[in-house]
Amino acid sequence: MAELHTLTAHELADQMRRGAVSAREIAEATLARIAAVDERVKSFVTVTPEAALAQAREVDERRARGEALPPLAGIPIALKDNLCTRGVRTTCASKILDNWEPPYDATVVARLRAQHAVFVGKTNLDEFAMGSSTENSGLFVTHNPWDLSRVPGGSSGGSAAAVAAREATLALGSDTGGSIRQPAAFCGVVGLKPTYGRVSRYGLVAFASSLDQIGPMARDVTDAALLLQAISGSDPSDATSAPVAVPDYMQALRPEVKGLKLGVPREFFAQGVAPEVEAAVRAAVDRLVALGAEAEEVSMPHIDYAFPAFYIIAPAEASSNLARYDGVRYGLREPASDPTTMMERTRDAGFGAEVKQRIMLGTFTLSAGYYDAYYLKALKVRTLVKQDFDRAFERFDLLVAPVTPTVAFAIGERANDPLQMKLADVCTVPVNLAGGPAIAVPCGFHAGLPIGLQLMAKPFAEETLLRAAYTYEQATDWHLRAPAL
Amino acid sequence: MTEFEAVIGMEVHAELLTASKMFCGCPTTFGAAPNTQVCPVCLGLPGSLPVPNRRAVEFVARTALALHCEISPRSIFYRKNYYYPDLPKGYQVSQYGDDPIGRNGYIEIVVGGQTRRIGIRRCHLEEDTGKLFHVSPQTSEVDYNRSGVALMEIVSEPDLRSAEEAREYLVQLRAILTYLGVCDGKMEQGSLRCEPNISVRPKGSAAFGTKTELKNLNSFRAVSRGIEYEIERQVAVIRAGGQVTQETWRWDETRQVTAPMRSKEFEQEYRYFPDPDLVPMVFTPDWVQTQQESLPELPRQKQLRFQEQYGLPAYDAQILTETRALADYFEAAAARHADAKAVSNWVMGELLGRLNAASLDISESKVTPEGLAGLLDLVANGTISGKIAKDVFEEMFVSGKAPEAIVQEKGLTQISDEGALATTLDAIIAANPKEWEALKGGKEQLTKFFVGQVMRATKGRANPQLVNDLLKQRLAS
Repeated sequence: MAELHTLTAHELADQMRRGAVSAREIAEATLARIAAVDERVKSFVTVTPEAALAQAREVDERRARGEALPPLAGIPIALKDNLCTRGVRTTCASKILDNWEPPYDATVVARLRAQHAVFVGKTNLDEFAMGSSTENSGLFVTHNPWDLSRVPGGSSGGSAAAVAAREATLALGSDTGGSIRQPAAFCGVVGLKPTYGRVSRYGLVAFASSLDQIGPMARDVTDAALLLQAISGSDPSDATSAPVAVPDYMQALRPEVKGLKLGVPREFFAQGVAPEVEAAVRAAVDRLVALGAEAEEVSMPHIDYAFPAFYIIAPAEASSNLARYDGVRYGLREPASDPTTMMERTRDAGFGAEVKQRIMLGTFTLSAGYYDAYYLKALKVRTLVKQDFDRAFERFDLLVAPVTPTVAFAIGERANDPLQMKLADVCTVPVNLAGGPAIAVPCGFHAGLPIGLQLMAKPFAEETLLRAAYTYEQATDWHLRAPAL
Repeated sequence: MTEFEAVIGMEVHAELLTASKMFCGCPTTFGAAPNTQVCPVCLGLPGSLPVPNRRAVEFVARTALALHCEISPRSIFYRKNYYYPDLPKGYQVSQYGDDPIGRNGYIEIVVGGQTRRIGIRRCHLEEDTGKLFHVSPQTSEVDYNRSGVALMEIVSEPDLRSAEEAREYLVQLRAILTYLGVCDGKMEQGSLRCEPNISVRPKGSAAFGTKTELKNLNSFRAVSRGIEYEIERQVAVIRAGGQVTQETWRWDETRQVTAPMRSKEFEQEYRYFPDPDLVPMVFTPDWVQTQQESLPELPRQKQLRFQEQYGLPAYDAQILTETRALADYFEAAAARHADAKAVSNWVMGELLGRLNAASLDISESKVTPEGLAGLLDLVANGTISGKIAKDVFEEMFVSGKAPEAIVQEKGLTQISDEGALATTLDAIIAANPKEWEALKGGKEQLTKFFVGQVMRATKGRANPQLVNDLLKQRLAS
């Protein structure tokens, strides 16, 4: 039998059902793997072995009593460290939270707990999810398991690296402008950003509230579907969660793309997309066509404006969302003789440069006299981008594009070039503005580094995404490759 | 010398009587131990999200309708961003711009016999902040129990012209809020807070003067006194050749003066923007109509009805309708006693006088409407005199006993036995021969003396009319 940490969630669930393996063995194997490789990969901010083993023990006790258990029972899951976990520190990779322990679980965490999933730890990210490499983490940088000198992508870099390095079977990330898909592509795993409103945001520490969405990261499409199933559905604690019924995503996992209409928007291939990435993505389109799909080029004229609009809207919301870190109630406090000075010193000491830059940007664009020129205009652009998607989805079932313009770059390579750094998200940002779901799946390698294929669908069409991604995955073996660590 | 007139606009904040807070399930009970009615949402913990309280939205919409406002078909929550230790998220969820829940309404007030319409600019929903306590120069403590309590803001047009009008506006507004059951209207506890904007200008001028905002008005008395003081202060400044500066002043209750608060060094930049955590509130015409139709009878309607139905003067009707409980009390008593004006006199005089003296609410009165009506019946049918009735009322107020029982117990029935009263009177005449001669000699003031002596001898139970008659008989004979 293969080593337990190398198996997928559905494989592990099968083995448990057959009685071939216990939850304790799985948890131990995973914790051993973390102990073996995380010193080099640095996926985790916090590892919680005691809690993981306790959860595993409970699963085994239930199994021993003959209870029928949910699909994720006993499956090791890593959580991005911007998801609140009761009694387990949640840092957002920021000094300002200073080992803050939430008194409550995020809704997704509570839902996974109810499934008896096993939480192995909290993963690194760019501070408050602002970044594309984990280099903006206020704690440390995570390394790409395929090449430790390279970034894993971000902001969910820790979760992507953990799944790729087999330190967790599954992981949750959050995606505001590509933060699930981009690191998934860099690390050669599957990452899915659900439709805005599909998954409750309650307990996800906000970056940009109108864009943030929690989603699964996994080694294959089946596992991503399992995790999506567990976390989806409206939540009375999140007014923006959608009262839309959750379908059985497992039913979508069938190799069948005959007649599926794929749009290939040329704007996504325009600037800065490396030839090897374009080649791999176009080859993936050809493969899907060979499997029965139909593909056609399409133009989405406002896509070029999505990126600047995103960089107005997201910092504006962030500037307000991050106002609560003032040293009064929790987290870091830099003492001073009056509250205003205390707040200023605390924020100065607690936030990293990228976060400060975005807070300042957002504060500026929301100010009287600039609001109309920036924020309001960006909202109008957002509407136009959304209309581009709506029009495209009148003709197509899915849109196909690269996830990132290049493969993973070297740590430090773009540290002094913030624009190049942010351009890593140029292909992922548009669909966040539109609100629909998108998935990243491995579609090739260049110089030993993974390349990702991005599929985008209209809101709440996750099933179509999963079906096409599954069909492609079954016809290829990119997802079976593992980094040598 | 130039005559000045005041221009006053009122900003009123009313804590809504919802069982839970605006965006979470925490209770809103007043006076709980600090930071015991809090949760991740109202503490603004990272990751928490607001979910609007449907009832609070309904309360504001109903108030807006009662204030004759238009209801915005689509109303949005905004974030008002600023830093303060009592504001846990660094922003307050509020409303802004041209889509508050209600806008363009009015309240009718009657002052000095004149009816005036005071415009309502907006009526919107927001959340309250926590409360800061400065315990020492080095230490402040903050209580977040109030953080997130549903708060309604009602902003008037600058249509008020005197402290008296401002006070009456507030009385009527509070009456409307308590009639609707959306706010308890307790200014002393801070559940109803008002901040007038005050400026003065030469009478007849159309331009506005520079306004000041007045805070810390915790009672109707403070509202009248504070505004009056501020108007006089501004007039004095201008008469002395000075200029009023735009700033916030504070009413000092102990010194009975207004005092400037620390002036703002720069204009606040609140960076309002629509709260992305909340979805727009949509009010359909059907829903609005249902709310409109289910509004209770409001104070102004009730005043007019009281005048019409009970033949009461406007003044009585205005006082009796100030709270729904008082109006209900009056109507319950008036239903049992035919002389509505007598009921009104007793409610406004004895009852409110005693309640105010004892700091009690009408709901706490031991004198029930039935009891009061019974007491007035006893006076009307001659069982007791008006004077005795006041003693009986006092006993009722203290013990809550029925008037008939008190009269029985204490033998307070009026003496209308002519024979017995004649005997008493004759004995008093015999005992006071000098006064009797003087009265007979035309010193009519002495009538009172003899009636008074009889009343005293009978412990007030003598029927005064009868005593008068007997006295006249004896003078004539």
